[in-house]
Amino acid sequence: MTHIAQPLRRKLDIKNGRVDLSHGSGGRAMAQLVADIFHDAFGNEWLRRNDDQASLGTLPGRLVMTTDGYVVSPLFFPGGDIGSLSVHGTINDLAMAGATPKFLSASFIIEEGFPLADLKRIAQSMGEASRSAGVPIVTGDTKVVERGKADGVFISTAGVGVVADGLMLSSDQARPGDVVLVSGSMGDHGVAIMSSRENLQFDTHILSDSAPLHELVAVMTATAGGALRVMRDPTRGGLAATLNEIAQQSNVGVFIEEAHVPVKPEVAAACEFLGLDPLYVANEGKLVAIVAPQDADALLGAMRTHPLGRDAAAIGAIVEDEHNFVQMTTAFGGGRIVDWLSGEQLPRIC
Amino acid sequence: MKYVDEYRDADLAKALAARIAAEAKPGVSYRFMEFCGGHTHAISRYGVEDLLPANVQMIHGPGCPVCVLPIGRINDAIKLAALPQVTLCTYADLMRVPAENGASLMKARAAGADIRMVYSTMDALRIAEAEPHREVVFLAIGFETTTPPTALAVKRAQALGLRNFFVFCNHVLTPAAMRAILDGANAETERLDGIVGPAHVSTVIGARPYEFVAEIYRTPIVISGFEPLDVMQSILMLTRQVNAGRREVENQYARAVSRDGNIKAQREMDEVFDLRDSFEWRGLGEVPKSALRLRGAYAKFDAERRFDIETVRARDNPACECGAILRGAKRPTDCKLFGSLCTPDTPMGSCMVSSEGSCAAHYAYGRFRDARRARAVEAVS
Repeated sequence: MTHIAQPLRRKLDIKNGRVDLSHGSGGRAMAQLVADIFHDAFGNEWLRRNDDQASLGTLPGRLVMTTDGYVVSPLFFPGGDIGSLSVHGTINDLAMAGATPKFLSASFIIEEGFPLADLKRIAQSMGEASRSAGVPIVTGDTKVVERGKADGVFISTAGVGVVADGLMLSSDQARPGDVVLVSGSMGDHGVAIMSSRENLQFDTHILSDSAPLHELVAVMTATAGGALRVMRDPTRGGLAATLNEIAQQSNVGVFIEEAHVPVKPEVAAACEFLGLDPLYVANEGKLVAIVAPQDADALLGAMRTHPLGRDAAAIGAIVEDEHNFVQMTTAFGGGRIVDWLSGEQLPRIC
Repeated sequence: MKYVDEYRDADLAKALAARIAAEAKPGVSYRFMEFCGGHTHAISRYGVEDLLPANVQMIHGPGCPVCVLPIGRINDAIKLAALPQVTLCTYADLMRVPAENGASLMKARAAGADIRMVYSTMDALRIAEAEPHREVVFLAIGFETTTPPTALAVKRAQALGLRNFFVFCNHVLTPAAMRAILDGANAETERLDGIVGPAHVSTVIGARPYEFVAEIYRTPIVISGFEPLDVMQSILMLTRQVNAGRREVENQYARAVSRDGNIKAQREMDEVFDLRDSFEWRGLGEVPKSALRLRGAYAKFDAERRFDIETVRARDNPACECGAILRGAKRPTDCKLFGSLCTPDTPMGSCMVSSEGSCAAHYAYGRFRDARRARAVEAVS
């Protein structure tokens, strides 16, 4: 029998290596990258089959699906990184329908020259986030683009979830008299990102609030699912953008009290000297819920029993308004509009 | 937040509001102009108008650097940025100001011009140091508050021997603009009973340069901090001056402003800049001795000299009322474009661009009052 030499399989040099174009070419180098970095981090039965798709069987209930791209800069920030963010963000988009998130997919666009150590760290963080949330990443894709054609790494995740019978949440469901709840302090994520940007670095202990909200949502739906009309996570554009979207889609007005909106003193201080308004700053682990008035107190109480809803607060109410204004009584005692964000030069926050 | 919350206290605001309401005489109308965009923004953001009686009216002034920059100078900046060797550094607000034919710095950037948004003059200086093959132009705008930092950057460039750093100077002077406003304010509709004077500008130039307002124009002025309680206290002080027939320069912002101001900053400005004979302001037209340019000793940093810029006066959109609004002669809602063709997302005039602009502030914070007013008018008629 002729002896055929087996190519020596060199381990990836995670410590000093960099992603090169061969890692995206579909050859052995790519297979090794996928196995050593992604399968290692996400490991589950679906991925191990190495098919082009994941076979998920049937799911009970109404299906919901979402997708989101992540281009945050910097990739690592206080309280999280692009990996955990890409898991939490998509889980939250599903959870805002009242859904139980079931499966995620992940697609990577990596810039040539990106350090393997950073890629590993990001993948491990995604794996950890997915495991602790109980939502597996079941399929994925990797592309490598030439140096300068991307900024380190971009991640795109999609997710599928199921909604129990009787729950029908949508941004057009808010009605006059409903109560506006938020699950905690506003603006933490955006300020954490800005504090770590090159040209703005300032010392702060603020961490991103990046977190999966589906368990908090499960507590809420179990308490008074029928009372939930709208749930949204106030990410880009912050609370202000979310409330304006709800006002417009439901053709109502919103009235809030500035003094009731939770904002951490450190976040308020950072916003003060950056010239920002915390109402417009992004969150990645908070939700806004519009709920029927009779169950508002019960829901608020239930939210406060969960660690991610500890600082939940009722901040205002839905009113009739043909102009769909979001109005606020300022802590100073006057009135103002909380308008849509317009053309502000904000950094890439998610 | 220490040293901030104290100036935004709702109970103190209520008490001040009650004092103003008690002291403003029924049947007398009090028309006060807040000169600065910073005050306009504070009044709108905190809802100060809701705390004033109906006969105390605030008129928004021209103290918004982005708003008063004439279109011709924006055209110049766009032309500069189009030069292949030039990197233009600017504050973000200016990016969206509409120039002629629908152009803007934002669009120029999308078309390939090297335009970078910076937070300070020093950021631009750092870019010039790091990229010696680029000619880096800083688009300098602003009143006396932002002028000393530009002076320091120019001196720093001199010390570093930089040959690729230039300033396109559009620095303007507050007292000259105030004089132009008061000269124009003869008509009954433009009558001013008092001025809420600048906060940050006054920390640099002091209280003395406003003495002509009281002495020559017989108009009360109160230099005021930018916090909402500062503004309310200043309005009370102006109301008292009017009631007593006094015309004085009073200083509400004594925690930061002295009569002579910041002498060191004034010296730096004086060393680097001298007065232009005349400068065009949006809304005010040509105002004599109202702006600065680099002195001959610093000519090599002057973008106007380096790139032979000859500003051509450009016409504002004829339907846009920015000019009259900047003079205090009209309110944002008097403009036909306001809220329909002209919004913060689709600005037609500069007052809709900067958050300190009267139109942007009214649109973003105050336009619910227009609906309320319209309902009241309907109910009466």
